[in-house]
Amino acid sequence: MKFRTVYENGRAGDELAIDVALVERWLVAFLHDELIRRRQMTKAVVGVSGGVDSAVVAYLCAKALGPANVLGVRLPYKTSSAQSNRHGELVIRETGVRHLTVDISNAVDGYLRSEPNASPQRCGNIMARMRMIVLFDQSAKIGGLPIGTGNKSERMLGYFTWHGDDSPPINPIGDLFKTQVWALARHLGVPREIIRKPATADLIRGQTDEEDLGISYERADRILQRILTGYTPADIIRQGFDARDVRLVASRVNSTHWKRHLATTAMVSTTAINEYYLRPVDY
Amino acid sequence: MRKAQTANKPRAFSIALVQFAPTKGNVDANFAAIGDALSALADKKHAFPDVVVFPEAALSGYFVEGGVRDVALRTSSVVGRLNDVAQKALGRARREFDIVVGYYENDLGKLYNSALYASLGRTPELRHVHRKLFLPTYGVFDEERFVSRGRSIEVFPTKYGHAAILICEDAVHSLSTTVAALNGAEIVYVPSASPGRGLEDAEPANVKMWRGMLQVAAAEHGVFFAYAGLVGFEGGKGFTGASKLVGPFGDLRVEAPFLGAAIVRASVNLEDVAVARAGLPALGDLESNLAELTEQLGERAPKGDGRLRPTAARLKRSRR
Repeated sequence: MKFRTVYENGRAGDELAIDVALVERWLVAFLHDELIRRRQMTKAVVGVSGGVDSAVVAYLCAKALGPANVLGVRLPYKTSSAQSNRHGELVIRETGVRHLTVDISNAVDGYLRSEPNASPQRCGNIMARMRMIVLFDQSAKIGGLPIGTGNKSERMLGYFTWHGDDSPPINPIGDLFKTQVWALARHLGVPREIIRKPATADLIRGQTDEEDLGISYERADRILQRILTGYTPADIIRQGFDARDVRLVASRVNSTHWKRHLATTAMVSTTAINEYYLRPVDY
Repeated sequence: MRKAQTANKPRAFSIALVQFAPTKGNVDANFAAIGDALSALADKKHAFPDVVVFPEAALSGYFVEGGVRDVALRTSSVVGRLNDVAQKALGRARREFDIVVGYYENDLGKLYNSALYASLGRTPELRHVHRKLFLPTYGVFDEERFVSRGRSIEVFPTKYGHAAILICEDAVHSLSTTVAALNGAEIVYVPSASPGRGLEDAEPANVKMWRGMLQVAAAEHGVFFAYAGLVGFEGGKGFTGASKLVGPFGDLRVEAPFLGAAIVRASVNLEDVAVARAGLPALGDLESNLAELTEQLGERAPKGDGRLRPTAARLKRSRR
């Protein structure tokens, strides 16, 4: 007797697979709904760094609101790389969004003059928070909202400045891992040189995300996905992942829960906000 | 017996399934939106539908958390306001029609996630209120913190056949449909609010799951499903409408897109129920085995760890 062997669908094993066309449609609908229908706002402000995350958000906003209703703001510091600036210009040109450049060097250095010994990490946080000041102010100026550009990998690994790059009220890509953002970027037609370059926060000269984190996004995202699904680090190591990688990712996740919440408030009443008094964000 | 009861009632009727995005927490605006939908249905090309179905929590939006008491309504006031809205939208020339609407209910301070079936017209009449039994309280859901559970699934007679209502997760459990079908339901109305998730294929995973579940349950029990889903984003969660009519053969008759407001128009012929059940008599077979099956369940008691174990009487019998 002859038997035909039937194999499982290869995609079933790829836990990070997304349908990029559906995700584009979903996120454009999200932006349209949250901005226009819920908040009656037609304008958005995106900080365009030259990286892939802000590029994807700029493309999505341009599709959802029309390029004329999106303000792409480049926010260079004096140490920002020439490549970031060039790629920021490229995104603005390709999407056709309105454009503004605000050099944050004077604002940042004005404060740092009184803190000359600030560490590179402190300087990076000051830059990130200064950028948010500009984005919120530009939003107020044009009657729009700043749109977030933080991805799920950064959020889970705590690789962002609290109340800095995580602060915009609307974020279309915050539930997409970095590798999924890359896939979406390819679908949206983001220029290849932006997608292929090493991801960097560009807060310190020459830094890259993956060097800072000590692991590639390709490896980190698969471990993160399994942690989020409910597997323990021991399970994940048994599934064939490198033990050092798993411990590193788990450690970053477990030490940064606080960064994914607002301030811890002392409860003294039975009407504490967000403990007893519960209303959804869009109520 | 049933035949005598329904001899003068239409076995075929028209139905409309309306999916829309409510304005969060604004009951007045959402009654107005229902009026807009009824106006849209009163076009000259089509007869006005006999039954119009709206989604779960259509009068408030779904995720209201502690705001549920602000938006919860007494059922009698919902019926009255629906009738007023219908009169305003359709004018004096309107005909009588039936309506299914999901809303948060306030019954003397007890709050429920409910859906009503009412006949509107000169003398509006409430036919049934269903209170959601299965309150999802996991992941993105937190219903049981804010509303109480319903306790029963009832079948009620209407001008358009014997009906039951299951709200969203109620219909995820095939046992709910079994109860409705065994008690005589020919059509099950499912007001729903399903947040889209799982974007790995051409449509969200929950849309595929709902379609599959309803088709299987419809075929197994020989019932129609009329499913109406909320749409729009609430705090980042986007609801997938995909309102649909599923026939008693398990056949998908029509389905709306999963994004955006839409109205599905379709016709229902309840004679299909008998034909389907004759072709696949699964419901009849279940009825034949029901006593033994329920006896097995009844002879099992939960122990301290919550697991069901055979009772002593059953163990004794099985050792004979």
